[in-house]
Amino acid sequence: MTTRFEPTASDEAATFWEATREQQFVLPWCTECELAIWYPRLVCPRCFDTAIEWRETSGAATVYACSIHWKPGTGRAEEDGPYVVALVDLEEGVRMMTNVIECAPVDVVVGMPVRLAWEPLSDGRHLPVFRPA
Amino acid sequence: MSTRTLRGAAAIVGVADAVSPTGELDTRGRVLEAAMIREALDDAGLTLADVDGICCSGLATGIAEYLDIHPRFVEGTFVGGSSFEVHVEHAAAAIAVGLCEVVVGVYAATPRQNRRRGQLAPSYGPMGPDVGGEWETPYGTRNPMTSYALAASRHMAQYGTTSEQLARIAVDTRRWAALNPRARYRDPLTVDEVLASPVLASPLHQLDCCLVTDGAGAYVMTSAERARDLARPPVYVLGAATGLDHWVISQMPDLTVTPGAISGPAAFARAGIAPDDVDVLEAYDSFTITALLHLEDLGFCAKGEGGAFVEDGKLGPGDALPMNTNGGGLSYTHPGQYGMFLLVEATRQLRGESGSRQVEDADIAVAHGCGGVLSATGTVVLGNEATL
Repeated sequence: MTTRFEPTASDEAATFWEATREQQFVLPWCTECELAIWYPRLVCPRCFDTAIEWRETSGAATVYACSIHWKPGTGRAEEDGPYVVALVDLEEGVRMMTNVIECAPVDVVVGMPVRLAWEPLSDGRHLPVFRPA
Repeated sequence: MSTRTLRGAAAIVGVADAVSPTGELDTRGRVLEAAMIREALDDAGLTLADVDGICCSGLATGIAEYLDIHPRFVEGTFVGGSSFEVHVEHAAAAIAVGLCEVVVGVYAATPRQNRRRGQLAPSYGPMGPDVGGEWETPYGTRNPMTSYALAASRHMAQYGTTSEQLARIAVDTRRWAALNPRARYRDPLTVDEVLASPVLASPLHQLDCCLVTDGAGAYVMTSAERARDLARPPVYVLGAATGLDHWVISQMPDLTVTPGAISGPAAFARAGIAPDDVDVLEAYDSFTITALLHLEDLGFCAKGEGGAFVEDGKLGPGDALPMNTNGGGLSYTHPGQYGMFLLVEATRQLRGESGSRQVEDADIAVAHGCGGVLSATGTVVLGNEATL
């Protein structure tokens, strides 16, 4: 298990974090706008509606930007070596921060297709990460 | 003097509040803030799309990000319970002079609910909920460097910008620092030396990053009338504008376009100038990529062409566009919030006090600040007596 700063859990993302216990990635959708929202909010930022529905993602994404961190950032251990911090665009139309794992860091490039993977957290939740598709 | 009165210039047109006889509300935090904003806008017969100014007693970037709005006026003064009256004063002044048209101010606090929920529900401080701690820091981010590295990564992939081109900005900025006896680093720097410095978060090298130093500054402003009787030649505010975008980098709509694309053209329009009229540019250089994005967003070159624009050396002493003439955040000083030093150096240049680094015939200077992680910009166009 990679040494990490473990995520806080906001009220508004409680449904998301509970689903990660079963390794399910659910996205909040505004049923009025038919658009996904990220990070999880209980209010649609486009129409103010609170009719939010949680739907499972396909797990498909594309790298939008990436950076190899040769020196560890917050919570990471030096001995875990360099790693890739990336922004990925999910098929559902939202962008999130993540790590791209299971490949050499230098092989990760902008535009690369990636797929959802999971890393365990100490409290039973899981953290969504991505690996080459 | 009638042009200088607030009287009748702005009005409160919608209000809302939420309370409960039990002393406890069902919702809190951003959800509660959003509900209040919605109700007050409904009361006014306006919508979120009309809002171009935001006030709260803390960090407004979080609320703007949550509601996905991009206001051009922000007021986050925190002076305790009187914050909101102070905000109204400032918002009225802003509306009076046309900085913005529709300002929404908001407040929500739920101490009873938070206490009942105990450890599961920490109270939100002035910063709001910890968006970074939930959605970014778990991935081992090293901010602010991570955010700027990602912006550089995207610019390179989208426009072919190179590390050599970014390095050129550090090199030209060092040429200015060499002329400033108070600069932290003054030795000549080459592109190769920048590229040979360690990569901490690719594609940024150590010498693409600003310094960490102590530093302090201050400014004084008064009316143009009074300014003329004082000790120094006045440096007039010809135009100014704000752009507010996101709080965390993963919420930035396009990593190649900063809110400077809003504040820059707006400030230039208010001042009645074009980029060609700028004699001195003080543009926040937290990283080389930051300065490159400013050059594009302020209109000194087209979007995506920043790399080609800087590569033949346009920014140093004697060059076409003198930028960061004190040596910048890259070589002069950077205590954390460098924007103060942009204003100080722009003022000194326009007064002709900059000694061996003085830009000849400097009449118009721009101080362009950029805070957070490309989150918010403030563009100020300054001019000497000749520009009035």
